[in-house]
Amino acid sequence: MATFNFELVSPERLLFAGPVEQVVVPGAEGDFAVLKDHAPLMSSLRPGVIVVTDDKNQTQRLFVRGGFADVSPSGLTILAEQAVPVQEITDEFIAVEVKAAEDEFAAASTEDERRVSQERLAQVLALRDQFLSRTHVQ
Amino acid sequence: MASLKDLRNRIASVKATQKITKAMQMVAAAKLRRAQSAAEAARPYAERMGVVLANVASGVTASSAPRLLAGTGKDDVHLLVVFTAERGLCGAFNSSITRLARDRANTLLAQGKTVKILCVGKKGYDLLRRQFAKHIIEVVELRSVRTLAFEHGDMVARKITALFDAGEFDVATIFFARFRSVIQQIPTAQQIIPAEIPAAAAGGASVSYEYEPEESDILEALLPRNIAVQVFRALLENAASEQGARMSAMDSATRNAGEMIRKQTMQYNRTRQAMITKELIEIISGAEAL
Repeated sequence: MATFNFELVSPERLLFAGPVEQVVVPGAEGDFAVLKDHAPLMSSLRPGVIVVTDDKNQTQRLFVRGGFADVSPSGLTILAEQAVPVQEITDEFIAVEVKAAEDEFAAASTEDERRVSQERLAQVLALRDQFLSRTHVQ
Repeated sequence: MASLKDLRNRIASVKATQKITKAMQMVAAAKLRRAQSAAEAARPYAERMGVVLANVASGVTASSAPRLLAGTGKDDVHLLVVFTAERGLCGAFNSSITRLARDRANTLLAQGKTVKILCVGKKGYDLLRRQFAKHIIEVVELRSVRTLAFEHGDMVARKITALFDAGEFDVATIFFARFRSVIQQIPTAQQIIPAEIPAAAAGGASVSYEYEPEESDILEALLPRNIAVQVFRALLENAASEQGARMSAMDSATRNAGEMIRKQTMQYNRTRQAMITKELIEIISGAEAL
């Protein structure tokens, strides 16, 4: 299958760069998969899991906490706020994330802030459920 | 004429100083390696960010652009954000950054503009407060920070955007030293508000993008992010530059101390020999007189 260029960068470092077959991105308005020659698209991300399928059909899963995805003719670039391989994610890690989102929601003073933080909290909670169910399955 | 004891003391003290500068040089060299790789690791993100921003911004008309991109339409109040080290003993590092900022401030003041200064790092504040005490609005100290993380850049950026939202200034410029090599750090001024779009990148993007969610929402989230990234990059470049400057400053200090020790040891030996000769002459001439 055809491959395209994928780059995952966090402020601290370049996490992934190379040819891939498919990347599933947790967009703000729903997950989407990027294949070769995807139309130019710019999307913000919600906290979620990126699934990267490389040219040898190996998949790699990484957790990202918000950021941007930029699909251009030259490939896909994800600017992540923070990215961690899924294997390294522990229950404590998620608990910290949930706590941060709850605090933010509690501290929100304006209508706008409340809306944004509530959205974020919902996203984080959904993520927690996803991870909890994963551990039950295993 | 200094006595032998004085000379011995002086040599001992220079030797002690040399040990300190040597140790500082080695510490700086070790820290430099870490700071340099951190600065280099952060470069891709800042570069991609610039490209992405240019892509988005090229599709936005001037009238609908958010204020962080278009500016306030005025050019009256300038905010200078001066990044320096928390410690001295690093050669001309701090003074060359503050000199650049001071020159800019003086030019702006001469044009009748208002200047506000935000100091990040204690040394910049020390150097600027004599002349610009009433212009300095805040000092951020990062003394307790051991390793720079993105949140530190984010914290400074939040301060800047909060000031901008409050209408405190029209144009913001950051001053830091770009790390070129151990012996070369380039003091740099970079305008961050309104955002400067790299001209080369802006020309290449004529594709029509789809946006999810709305274009304006993305741009609104992207712009403050870009400021945080630029600030973080400035912090990292500065950290590497500081260690580089300190390393070369301490290297030459160590060499100067070595030179001083050599000269003083020579003088010490000459004085000692002169005294022996003098004593011998006294004994011989005393014996001859008998």
